[in-house]
Amino acid sequence: MRKLSSFNLAALFVGIAFLYLPIVILVIYSFNASRLVAVWGGWSTQWYSELVDDAPLLKAAFISLRVALIAASAATLLGTLAAVALVRFGRFRGRLLFAAMIYAPLVMPEVITGLSMLLLFVAVSIDRGFWTVVIAHTTMATCFVAVIVQSRLVDFDVSLEEAAMDLGASPLHTFLAVTLPLILPAIAASWMLAFALSLDDLVIASFTTGPGATTLPIRIYSEVRLGVKPEMNAVCSIMIGVVGIAVIAASLLTKLNAARGTPARP
Amino acid sequence: MTNRQPQRSFMARLVIRIPYAWLVAFFLVPFLIVLKISLSQTAIAQPPYTPVFDLSAGWQGLRNFFAGLSLDNYAFLGSDPLYFLSYVKSLEIAAFSTLMLLVIGYPMAYAITRTPRRVQAVLVLAVILPFWTSFLIRIYAWMNILQHDGPLNQLLLALAIVREPPTWLSTDTAVYIGIVYSYLPFMVLPLYATLEKLDESLFEAAADLGCPRWKTFWLVTLPLSAPGVLAGALLCFIPIVGEFVIPDLLGGSRTSMIGQTIWTEFFANKDWPTASAVAVVLVCLLVTPIVVFQYQAMRGAERD
Repeated sequence: MRKLSSFNLAALFVGIAFLYLPIVILVIYSFNASRLVAVWGGWSTQWYSELVDDAPLLKAAFISLRVALIAASAATLLGTLAAVALVRFGRFRGRLLFAAMIYAPLVMPEVITGLSMLLLFVAVSIDRGFWTVVIAHTTMATCFVAVIVQSRLVDFDVSLEEAAMDLGASPLHTFLAVTLPLILPAIAASWMLAFALSLDDLVIASFTTGPGATTLPIRIYSEVRLGVKPEMNAVCSIMIGVVGIAVIAASLLTKLNAARGTPARP
Repeated sequence: MTNRQPQRSFMARLVIRIPYAWLVAFFLVPFLIVLKISLSQTAIAQPPYTPVFDLSAGWQGLRNFFAGLSLDNYAFLGSDPLYFLSYVKSLEIAAFSTLMLLVIGYPMAYAITRTPRRVQAVLVLAVILPFWTSFLIRIYAWMNILQHDGPLNQLLLALAIVREPPTWLSTDTAVYIGIVYSYLPFMVLPLYATLEKLDESLFEAAADLGCPRWKTFWLVTLPLSAPGVLAGALLCFIPIVGEFVIPDLLGGSRTSMIGQTIWTEFFANKDWPTASAVAVVLVCLLVTPIVVFQYQAMRGAERD
């Protein structure tokens, strides 16, 4: 058994505390009755109830959710196709460029992705708005989906597919009946990641958005640029709560699936 | 039966072509447009640059296209120290914060591998979880903590570590804190993935042969975890160089990183050709590490 030294334990404790303390403090302050950070005015939910009347904020949240839903779904479809092409089709013409186009956006600074997207939309004179943000987010998220699904495809046993085809299943049928169920957890995980990435994005959305399509991060950014606001503490706490519950639920579901005998990764 | 082969190749072509076409249209082409605009003149018009390419003009148009290219924007970048300083600042901040991330992330990743399997899964989830919450929110959380009468200064005053509350926001220190905080999961996860795969018997062998623990770490663990260190360092370094949100919210006006410079050129100065040129130079700076990363990823994929 590997030993856990006191230094290891300290590193772990400090690291986890560093990751969570700021979030905990933010949530606590969102319940502060006082407008001033320096003064603790007692517990209160007034900043939350004020949010209900903030129409522009609610509208931005609604737009963000719609963008994320559409972009995540489109990216999951495109990214899964790309992963299948990369892993199952061997060498084809332009594979290197294809692989480069999948990996490069992962590390490309968002400012550049956003700038280039915007210049494209201007060059072909598309009016910027809801759909241009969707297209930009789809492109960015496709690459993340492709990488996740690809790693799952590389892992699993090709002989399963071969067996199905030997038994007379068409490639499409094989994919739907054998491959898809096996990579479904990876696809679900990548949909969630794509959704979170889209919901989170400020920079690319700022470049590609137009009038009437202000997303939630753009709204929050313009509010907090000049300083801390208690209403924003409340909004952020709600988002943290939603995401936290979703991720924990998803990981529990995956565990449940694994326990039921879905082949887990070695 | 007979029509299966052509049907398959049609399907196969679609599987490749749909994502291929999408990425060419929305990643490659936009990038070429940036390149083109970086080589054109600023125009006082809407949009603020001379046209990209006029297909209807035919051969003459093509000649005009090449005649219209100029390196003026790049020369301008060289002439104004603002840009040079901005690049240097970005690289400096990225390098130092990557180093700090390694120093903080490595012991964490190492410690996770030493806990029982069940705990490992929980700890990995705990490291990933903050990554799922919005970048913007996490930076905003630090604005709360670091402000003048915020919790950090209150704590420091209460413990009598300082007499006067120090200014944190709008300093480089705040930018470093924000970056290290935001990128820690990107560093810990690849390190953990590498360290977790190391063969336990190697450490036992070293111990059996009387090697002290620190020496085992130095001679065995560290060299074997080099791929993870490289992956983590690149995953952090490259995006940090182009970071915009963190220096904008936590840094001062003096700390202008290159992402902010592009943003300002674009949104405030409306100088699209210069913004494009700044972006192209940045990509050139980052291409080397991206190629290294690609190579590593491909080698890793082959190994698996």
